[in-house]
Amino acid sequence: MQKFFHDAVEFVPILLQGVWLTIVVTVGSLLLSTVLGLVWALMRVSGIGILVGVSAALINVIRGIPIIVLLFYIYFVMPDFGIALSALQAAIIGLGIAYSAYQAENFRAGIEAIDKGQIEAAQTIGMGWWLTMRRVVLPQAVRIILPPYGNIMIMMLKDSSQASTITVAELALQGKLIASSTFKNTSVFTLVALMYLTMSIPLILLVRHFENKANRK
Amino acid sequence: MIELRDVHKSFGKVDVLKGITASVAKSEVVCIIGPSGSGKSTILRCINGLESYDRGEISVEGARVDSNDRSIVAIRTQVSMVFQRFNLFPHRTALENVIEGPLYVKKEPREQAIARGRALLAQVGLADKAEVHPPKLSGGQQQRVAIARALAMQPKAILFDEPTSALDPELVGDVLSVMRKLADDGMTMVVVTHEMGFARDVADLVLFIDGGVIVEQGAAKSVLNQPQHPRTQDFLRRVLHPL
Repeated sequence: MQKFFHDAVEFVPILLQGVWLTIVVTVGSLLLSTVLGLVWALMRVSGIGILVGVSAALINVIRGIPIIVLLFYIYFVMPDFGIALSALQAAIIGLGIAYSAYQAENFRAGIEAIDKGQIEAAQTIGMGWWLTMRRVVLPQAVRIILPPYGNIMIMMLKDSSQASTITVAELALQGKLIASSTFKNTSVFTLVALMYLTMSIPLILLVRHFENKANRK
Repeated sequence: MIELRDVHKSFGKVDVLKGITASVAKSEVVCIIGPSGSGKSTILRCINGLESYDRGEISVEGARVDSNDRSIVAIRTQVSMVFQRFNLFPHRTALENVIEGPLYVKKEPREQAIARGRALLAQVGLADKAEVHPPKLSGGQQQRVAIARALAMQPKAILFDEPTSALDPELVGDVLSVMRKLADDGMTMVVVTHEMGFARDVADLVLFIDGGVIVEQGAAKSVLNQPQHPRTQDFLRRVLHPL
């Protein structure tokens, strides 16, 4: 145990550098996936044939490709088409796109759960599609969307470790590098696991808060 | 003001409206009665474009109603609607429900919209409920807020789709008295209802609809007191004397 604390004092500062990158990747891809997911979801519920079709196809393609392959594609293949991204940019874009499919399905479920009568009431006071979405549907859908959204956040935090496969030195990769050079696997990976858990706990509490709030209403 | 000429509508293979021709004059109150599934609500929904119709023509003050055309927005701001299940926005207070249209559709100044919103809530007897959210209001109160919301658009006519059918019997009176007041003030109203007493006292014209056609129409008292058609006679007998 004493040895573990000794190792912790030595390795935590290096691992914290990885924590910072983990947070950057998670927050960046969360923002991107939220914006893209909302776009796909709004296309999907727009009732306009071509938009519905494009969005449905996109979601299925994205869902059908493993995140790691998507990351490889963006980081290693895009340069062949003249788009060279840093590893960090590629990680954020790859995870953002990958998760946009799940975000879109969550948003769509929330939007479609709103009573049709609400939309009709908005129409009868002269609201168009966008105003109805913005003032009537989305504010109500948020309550339904938030608990699963929190779960997606937790999944994204953990899946940000996949960025290590394209050389982003986030927490998991930092751990692996330290472990392979010191052979202190137990100490290092225990610390890595504890750090992921520490970052997850606030998110888990946030999900519980959202759920309580949704149930109260 | 509202004209329907030979309006046909079907849902899939089911013909819901089979040639409806009727007109509503300014300040007239028209009640539509008839059994469930006869197409009463569909007529209202076609008038303000919530449903499209297949054949015939509907016009509001000469403007053709086409639910797929942009012009429908202008028509909807002139012809408001009150629903059976109120359809208030639950995330907004009573006052916010009322001023939503004036603020965001008509772009009225906020102070003006709020002042008129409060006046309208007072008019329907709910001045003290302005800051309350709909789920905390009774059904009758919610429906009166919905009427205030419809009035806030300063419509030329209001369509009522069974406005009292979802209410506890003891709350029906409050809503009907608000509607009667509107009628007295000269509002043009088309009311789908099962409240025969209201129809008899307030309506200028009653349409009895069955199977997607107008079976009988005329002055309220003559249709309700001396129905001519056997189907109308049968319907009214069942409604007025269910046992």
